[in-house]
Amino acid sequence: MEKEQFYYDNKIVKMFLWATILWGVVGMLVGLLVALLFIYPGYLEFAGSDNAISWLSFGRLRPLHTNAVIFAFVGNGIFLGVYYSTQRLLKARMFNDVLSRIHFWGWQAIIVAAAITLPLGFNSSKEYAELEWPIDIAVVLIWVIFGINLIGTILKRRQRHIYVAIWFYIATLVTIAVLYIFNNLEMPVTAFKSYSVYSGVQDALVQWWYGHNAVAFFLTTPILGLMYYFVPKVANRPVYSYRLSIIHFWTLIFLYIWAGPHHLLYTALPEWAQNLGTVFSIMLIFPSWGGMINGLLTLRGAWDKVRENPVLKFFVVAITGYGMATFEGPMLSFKNLNAIGHYTDWIVGHVHIGALAWNGFMIAGIVYWLAEKLWKTPLYSKKLANTHFWLGTLGILFYAIPLYVAGFTQAFMWKQFNPDGTLVYGNFLETVTQVLPMYAMRAIGGTLYLTGFILLAINVIKTAKAGSKVEDELAEAVPLKKISGQRIAGEGWHTWLERRTVLFTILVTVAILIGGLVEIVPLILVKSNVTKIESVKPYTPLELEGRDIYIREGCNNCHSQMIRPFRSEVERYGEYSKAGEFVYDFPFLWGSRRTGPDVHRIGGKYNDNWHFNHMLDPRSTSPGSIMPRYSWLIKNDLNASNLEDKMSGLAKLGVPYSDEEISGAKQSLLTQAKEIENNLRQDPEFVSNYGSSNVQNKEIVALIAYLQRLGTDIKGNTKTALK
Amino acid sequence: MEVVYITIGVSVIVAIIFFIAFIKSVKSGQYEDTYTPSVRMLFDDELVTEDKEKKEKSTK
Repeated sequence: MEKEQFYYDNKIVKMFLWATILWGVVGMLVGLLVALLFIYPGYLEFAGSDNAISWLSFGRLRPLHTNAVIFAFVGNGIFLGVYYSTQRLLKARMFNDVLSRIHFWGWQAIIVAAAITLPLGFNSSKEYAELEWPIDIAVVLIWVIFGINLIGTILKRRQRHIYVAIWFYIATLVTIAVLYIFNNLEMPVTAFKSYSVYSGVQDALVQWWYGHNAVAFFLTTPILGLMYYFVPKVANRPVYSYRLSIIHFWTLIFLYIWAGPHHLLYTALPEWAQNLGTVFSIMLIFPSWGGMINGLLTLRGAWDKVRENPVLKFFVVAITGYGMATFEGPMLSFKNLNAIGHYTDWIVGHVHIGALAWNGFMIAGIVYWLAEKLWKTPLYSKKLANTHFWLGTLGILFYAIPLYVAGFTQAFMWKQFNPDGTLVYGNFLETVTQVLPMYAMRAIGGTLYLTGFILLAINVIKTAKAGSKVEDELAEAVPLKKISGQRIAGEGWHTWLERRTVLFTILVTVAILIGGLVEIVPLILVKSNVTKIESVKPYTPLELEGRDIYIREGCNNCHSQMIRPFRSEVERYGEYSKAGEFVYDFPFLWGSRRTGPDVHRIGGKYNDNWHFNHMLDPRSTSPGSIMPRYSWLIKNDLNASNLEDKMSGLAKLGVPYSDEEISGAKQSLLTQAKEIENNLRQDPEFVSNYGSSNVQNKEIVALIAYLQRLGTDIKGNTKTALK
Repeated sequence: MEVVYITIGVSVIVAIIFFIAFIKSVKSGQYEDTYTPSVRMLFDDELVTEDKEKKEKSTK
């Protein structure tokens, strides 16, 4: 058959390349900003300590950092590699240029929307799925566009065999779509506020089923696909074992989806679900290490090239980092190790080995190599790239090792008892101030890594300036012959129909799935409820508003609400958390990290004035605390205008709010707020400072109401429960 | 814990989709040759001399 000529679309690859670099710098810079908040909690209070700036507080910037590095930096890096390699592996231009452009600009628009809404406090509270519902819908739409583009290209390919990298891309496409949709099923109450349709334990399970697979199918499988393309290409060696790569792929995708519950070990999640997560997580080491070995051994007999080629250096450290992270993962899924590591900085160190080494270095290597390919010129400076490599590697070490030390320090301090059975470090703050030097070293590590990445930006800009302007690359390949005996040449309609049917089927399935689920899921879940605890009652209107402030400020980034059944935790925080306590928690707020103490039993522990002063200046009640000041909560009026909508939305999800309760919500809110103001006025200092202001209308009162309610339902204290 | 009907259900459906893809890819011969593909991807098919090739195509 005659060869066909066609052009590869290099323009789109270049667009994603620039986006990767831009968002890489932004995401890492925000990371550094939040890392510095650990050491200098007040350094972003530019308007004075009494006027802390809400959108620069840790709870709002941390989701911005995670979303920026995951979806903006790594996301664009994935698309960069996918758009380059898919065209070449399938010997076809991307299915449709317009779709490619919509994909690119749509994705960037989503990132900008996230960068605006997250600091403003529009936050659904679910980790790595914080974006509110309108943006979620945009994400799904753009993802479907990407899917059509990828599958369309596969269908018009000129190479019958589908190389293993493409399989990894397909798995990414399908699984992320499904998980993202299910985890983000929400009941919208206003344009930028929604409640998860799941509550408590159920929400926790869905969130971490998604959360772990965001790691698995967004930060791992696509990068593995890129590894199977770019490592052999750069080394100019075939992959060590193609057979192993196929086994690697199929075992990895069948095992990964079950691993989520290892994020919830020793929580109120039923034990069988925890064990399921543990078993699959441990099995995961086999495919993961199969992949790592396959990647590293591709360089067998070519290690001399690693010495000369900075790109391969990046790849070697990246794959080694993948091996370390995927060894640590199964280890941390053992319940006894998880009991130590969970809630500590060990986890933060662990994910950064994955993020900085595996994702960051794979992408850096790909960017350097593609800069030469796309602009058809040697790299501006190999020396600069080598400097980046060493700065980055040092950065990773300075980041991770101090956090491992910090993690173990925290865990052992939290658990240490005196011979008389009391906690040695009964004041949680001691365990925070102890690790502050580690946080400082972590910030140095981050600075080194970011500096290295800025060198990459300079290097690529200089390379592009010196290089060729050619956008599309001509290539030729033999078109695919139809295998089917009956339909040979001249039956173009069949190709057309085949393509349409497949696409059509996919679209219809997606549409049905979304539509059906929105209807069915709440129905299944409404009646369900874990073991009922009679004394557990829904939040009062004021507490509900307070809870939404807790979500808005991202308190769950640093405070867990899940006391594990350990002697050390029961001694420190109180009775361990029961599944039945969370049935009205839409969404759940268990958290995953204890930078500060657990707050599930904080209700009634301190008086209202303590909370008021603590929010105004945490250092006044807890010297040495690194919590941000929340002075705006005392200045801002509580906006309860959507209260009835919120309550009726929750009622639809199964919270037993009666019609009278909903119509009398505003009145109930005022009564409870007045009560809290009266409590606050018992402190003469409060009266002299704030006596003239109408504190009952302020946001702080709602937050205090919520905090004082937390964990009290099973204490036999029904005073605050809804009457 | 009714939500497990959803998470397990969806996980199984996704697994079945991938299983079907696996069976189909085996049957269509995707994995009969586990060596050539690893070498084939190393060759570039870009044509460096663009204009000359265009002329050649028209004469072919």
